[in-house]
Amino acid sequence: MSSTSTQVDRETAGSSRLEVRSTHRRGATRPPAAKRILVTAVLVLVAAYFLVPVYWVVVAATKSTGDLFTTNGFWFANVQLLENVRSVFAYDGGIFVRWFANSLLYAGGGALVATYFAAAGGYALAVYDFRGKNTVFGLVLGGVLVPATATALPLFLMFSRLGLTDTYLSVLLPSFVSPFGFFLCRVYAGSVVPASLVESARLDGAGELRIFHTFGLRMMAPALVTVFLFQFVGIWNNYFLPLIMLADQDLYPITLGLVNWRAQVDRLPEFYELTTGGVLVSIVPLAILMIVLQRFWRGGLTEGSVKG
Amino acid sequence: MRGAQRRAPWILLSPFLLLFLLTFLLPVVYAVGQSFTAVDRQGLFGEDGITSSFAGFDNYARALGDPAFVGSIGRVLLFGVVQVPVMIVLVTVLALLLESASSAWPSFFRAAYFLPYGIPGVIASILWSFLYLPGFSPIVAALGKIGLAPDFLGAGTVLWSIANIVTWAYAGYNMLIVIAQLKSIPGEVYEAARVDGAGPLRLAWSVQLPLIRPALVLATVFSIIGTLQLFAEPQVLRSVSPAIDASYTPNFAAFTSAFTYNDLGVAAAQAVLIAVAAFVLSFTFLRIVSRRDS
Repeated sequence: MSSTSTQVDRETAGSSRLEVRSTHRRGATRPPAAKRILVTAVLVLVAAYFLVPVYWVVVAATKSTGDLFTTNGFWFANVQLLENVRSVFAYDGGIFVRWFANSLLYAGGGALVATYFAAAGGYALAVYDFRGKNTVFGLVLGGVLVPATATALPLFLMFSRLGLTDTYLSVLLPSFVSPFGFFLCRVYAGSVVPASLVESARLDGAGELRIFHTFGLRMMAPALVTVFLFQFVGIWNNYFLPLIMLADQDLYPITLGLVNWRAQVDRLPEFYELTTGGVLVSIVPLAILMIVLQRFWRGGLTEGSVKG
Repeated sequence: MRGAQRRAPWILLSPFLLLFLLTFLLPVVYAVGQSFTAVDRQGLFGEDGITSSFAGFDNYARALGDPAFVGSIGRVLLFGVVQVPVMIVLVTVLALLLESASSAWPSFFRAAYFLPYGIPGVIASILWSFLYLPGFSPIVAALGKIGLAPDFLGAGTVLWSIANIVTWAYAGYNMLIVIAQLKSIPGEVYEAARVDGAGPLRLAWSVQLPLIRPALVLATVFSIIGTLQLFAEPQVLRSVSPAIDASYTPNFAAFTSAFTYNDLGVAAAQAVLIAVAAFVLSFTFLRIVSRRDS
């Protein structure tokens, strides 16, 4: 409601600005149409910078290794996309599909659990008063600033003593923790969960955990979507942690697998074909996710930057 | 009933807190401990037993006495001094242009700039490693046709080729943060600026820039931390560029100490130094920024 009215304000402000300009400063400023074309042209150039590599991989994924070297990289020649995709999926008994499923498991499972834990923790800090509350908050806030790679190495050493390295858990356990999500949930729960509602639910005889699960989670839903998305993309994009933890190819996420393929192109040229095809297949689902869910990214970021 | 209310916050907190302790706090403590420990292997491969002892600052002295490691720190500092400001300026200009409603198709552009963020950094590096490769890259070929012979992978240029990958991958994400903050500026502010007769440049400089400063500061701090952690880009480009060695960035050096030389003490010291550097740099930057405020 308020955002629509702001938009209307801004539009009327914009049109009256134009009037002022045309009556008082005619000739001194460029006509709006020219300005619009100029700005659009600049933005098109920048868009080309961001999109050309993606376009190239789409073209490259349709070619044989031989054509990759001999034909114009920016245009199609002897399109064989289906064959390439088929060989990506078929290579080495379908290892690529397995990597894909692993990435989904790490990112999906990790983000789901991380969101639930962050929601419970953030809710607890926002709704209850207890000793040690500020210590907990300060501690976690410090964790946001610790570089992830600085903890990955010692984590590997600890996990190797526990015999946890080279297992699904070695990648999943660190993925279950999102200090940023905890922070966002704390801020969000503080502003949307009313104390009176918690109190009246208690009077109705609901237990504390039940109140969190029935009211808390539902009210925090918009923030939870954001936390889930951030954590999902964070885990999906992570390379350093699985690189350190995993030796068994069967446990690799897609990032690790593709680097493995990329490293073999010098000895076995058919890996050019496999790698470009694999890169294309791997970016399609996430690209769709990013574009479809753009709205949620924006909403969540505003939440974090305004209140944080 | 009161008891339940006292226990509840800890029950709700415990899963998060336990995992946080296990995967954030303990590793930090462990790394610091390891960095002060010397491991001696008896026999050629340690087959006659391994003993650990307190080593004081030996590991730090060895890490900082290694010209390759010190060089790698200098390299990422140079990288950060150039790449971070360039990206932040680019991001700010793009966000202001998109929000000024003076172009066609703003939502298309927003999506196009944000798209690379959905591509993992290491996949982006694979992609660009192909686009830098002479004899394979259509970009190198096209530039060759107009008489240029760019060398994206040489000793003097590969650092900036990495900077390009990082900018390409993260600019759109940072732009969204800035746009989010631009959208939160109330309409009355624009109204007041208009009444004062501010033109679009004046509006951007005196009204919008000060108001989006928190977002810019946040993006800069995270970029500084990210710069110190550079790893995937040089690791992938290493296969096509002889100018990149196994200690090209501090993080790469720590990785090599741990997994190639099996020197865990030095690796831990290097990891601690990276974390401390990230802390000091972000903190210094925040201090400078807030001093200018007062």
